[in-house]
Amino acid sequence: MLSRTAENLYWLARYMERAETMARLLEVGYRMGLMPSTGEGYRNEWASLVAAAGSSAGFVAKFGDEFRQRDVETWLFFDRENPSSVVSCIETARQNGRAVRTALTTEMWDALNGAFLDLRELERRPRSAALLPQLCDWTKRQGALLRGATEGTHLQNDGFDFLNLGCYLERGDNTARLLDVKYYVLLPTTSMVGGAVDTYQWQTLLRALSAYRAFHWSYRGEYSPRKIAHFLILNRAFPRSLLHCQDHVGHHLGRLAQAYESRTIAHDRLQVMLGELAEAQIDDIIDEGLHEFLSRFIHQNAALGQDVADGYLFGGL
Amino acid sequence: MVPQREPGGTGIGAFNEMFDGKSVRPAYRQLVDWVEATSPETLTQKKQEAEALFRRIGITFAVYGEGGDTERLIPFDMMPRVFTEAEWRRLERGVKQRARALNAFLWDVYHRAEIVRAGVVPADLVFRNEAYEPAVVGIDPPGRVYSHIVGIDIVRTGPEDFFVLEDNCRTPSGVSYMLENREIMMRMFPELFRASRIAPVDDYPERLRRTLASVAPPRCDGEPVSVVLSPGAFNSAYYEHSFLADQMGIELVEGQDLFVLGDLVYMRTTEGPKRVDVIYRRIDDAFLDPLCFRPDSMLGVPGLMNVYRSGGVSICSAPGAGVADDKAIYTYVPEMVRFYLGETPILKNVQTWKCGDPSDRQYVLERLGELVVKEVHGSGGYGMLVGPKSTREQIAAYAERIKADPGDFIAQPTLALSTCPTFADEGLAPRHVDLRPYCLVGREVHLCPGGLTRVALKEGSLVVNSSQGGGVKDTWVLAD
Repeated sequence: MLSRTAENLYWLARYMERAETMARLLEVGYRMGLMPSTGEGYRNEWASLVAAAGSSAGFVAKFGDEFRQRDVETWLFFDRENPSSVVSCIETARQNGRAVRTALTTEMWDALNGAFLDLRELERRPRSAALLPQLCDWTKRQGALLRGATEGTHLQNDGFDFLNLGCYLERGDNTARLLDVKYYVLLPTTSMVGGAVDTYQWQTLLRALSAYRAFHWSYRGEYSPRKIAHFLILNRAFPRSLLHCQDHVGHHLGRLAQAYESRTIAHDRLQVMLGELAEAQIDDIIDEGLHEFLSRFIHQNAALGQDVADGYLFGGL
Repeated sequence: MVPQREPGGTGIGAFNEMFDGKSVRPAYRQLVDWVEATSPETLTQKKQEAEALFRRIGITFAVYGEGGDTERLIPFDMMPRVFTEAEWRRLERGVKQRARALNAFLWDVYHRAEIVRAGVVPADLVFRNEAYEPAVVGIDPPGRVYSHIVGIDIVRTGPEDFFVLEDNCRTPSGVSYMLENREIMMRMFPELFRASRIAPVDDYPERLRRTLASVAPPRCDGEPVSVVLSPGAFNSAYYEHSFLADQMGIELVEGQDLFVLGDLVYMRTTEGPKRVDVIYRRIDDAFLDPLCFRPDSMLGVPGLMNVYRSGGVSICSAPGAGVADDKAIYTYVPEMVRFYLGETPILKNVQTWKCGDPSDRQYVLERLGELVVKEVHGSGGYGMLVGPKSTREQIAAYAERIKADPGDFIAQPTLALSTCPTFADEGLAPRHVDLRPYCLVGREVHLCPGGLTRVALKEGSLVVNSSQGGGVKDTWVLAD
């Protein structure tokens, strides 16, 4: 297929996944905001969300360094100046989709274009505080619709692999960031660990990842950072865990190698990364420092994305 | 809902395609029965359904020179326009004849230009024409075809009277509307299709694909690889480009996806370079190759013309094809039919005065209030003057423009375009229409039985362009 088509499919999937993460982040913030005042000594949760979204500089430049809920909502959901806001992501995803309209099935286009049209409708309505959970649910639903349409109607050819590569590379990155927020940004002092606030935050994180009940099933309660970190990093069965995402990246890279009868540098890097992750023990990760581990993962994951681009998306010689 | 029997005021004198006096013409009999049997509520509901369908599918167009919403819907009118088989057969012969003559003309003017030597067409109209490409002189495109898709705009003024308004030899657009309009009509009104025998149009993409393959270049070995070359998603006709590529099952590429290596063209794919044999281009000549035409073009492929010249790739339509659809050349098309084919032209031209000619100019300036004046190089209904619908001030201002650059203008009588019943606020009412059928020219010549009917939705208006408040209709050719 055309390199540009592959590139559009890849970014279409990445941006839809990112839109969903933004909604999940907002949900975390909203639920944390419902906690009784967390008092002094804590950083503002909203500030940490913007930090996790990787867009603090843009936010501060526009709204100043007081992180008010309404401004953060605006920034992370509606603001077109923020390239990672839900609105920007969905519009970019649709633009990518429109550029390769022929590579999408009607059902996929319906899902993508439907999200775009709904969004225009949403923007016309007056905003109210009660709306945020609905906005988050709506965003997650759009992601689900597109994924369902893709699974159900798209030929499982190389285009399908590029869609999935985009999706799982982005999701791995996003889970790592969300986990990092909780562990590193929100609770800088170890004295608070294990307290009511701490537990509540862990619960919120799990909820935002749609993993609250799944975690219970797998680990029978008890929110120890160690268990949760294990769940989100090393549990293959959990669809948002780092290992799960890497597994899928590997699966789709493998399919491409088979279809094209050739490997790329992305295959080599993935093999190394997957090998490390599959062998990793949660205690070693905690000993290394969770934050350091996650930063390294995010960095490597980005390099892998670059390898995929170099190997397939620029085409030619 | 009972259709309005008489044209409402402004349509006076125009040929009504549905009614012959008080009686319904046979072609429309069944449609009228159906409309009369359907409640206004049902029709309104169907209209809304149709609009929702169009928007969901994503058929929109951008209007040049207007801000705001770049993705607008072309209004779709549910009432189809109907031709009998006999009417169509005559049209078909005429359109094919014209398409053959235009291609013969194109080959000629890039070779010995016999038609100029014979004094039939003036030399300066051809060789000083902006669309004439010295770069392609002497090149023989496969099958000597330059214009592979000829869209001929036709108006009707009487039962037997069809006039060609203009020829489109470059990249006539709108065929996706023809296909989608039919698709939507079939989805919404299956009972109409069961009851009448309507010639199908849905094999058009397949025929286009075969037409492209039939003009594969001499150096192509094996199954030809064709692509659609588009300027990209921000072009107003992008939907059509992607739609056609999809329907033909070929790649939709942009200039950046192609590159020249040695004397061949390749596209960049996830598996490396892949050779391209036929390019159905939807970008203008000027942008095709920055090394040959406009050096600032970002849309084209550097070196493409060298490959073309050496028979390594076919370009559809061939560079330089635009010289045949110029409005000043238009007046000579009937002569081309006689000159190249030795036949009598079946379709008539509209009488045309060339403002470049002093006596014609004199005539036009005296009668601006009655005439339609167009820019020679204009398209899309922009920059034209419809005399009878214009104010005295508009006419005076336009006269100044003509005097400044007379060669840029032509004038034609204001034709009483035929009317077709159309859904309007007050119910079914006559509105003026034109027709663009699509003729494919490869190793064979084929006319798709149908086309794009454009309708001026404003009462009395004669301007059918979508950019100026026009809509579209499904076009039916009935089998006997």
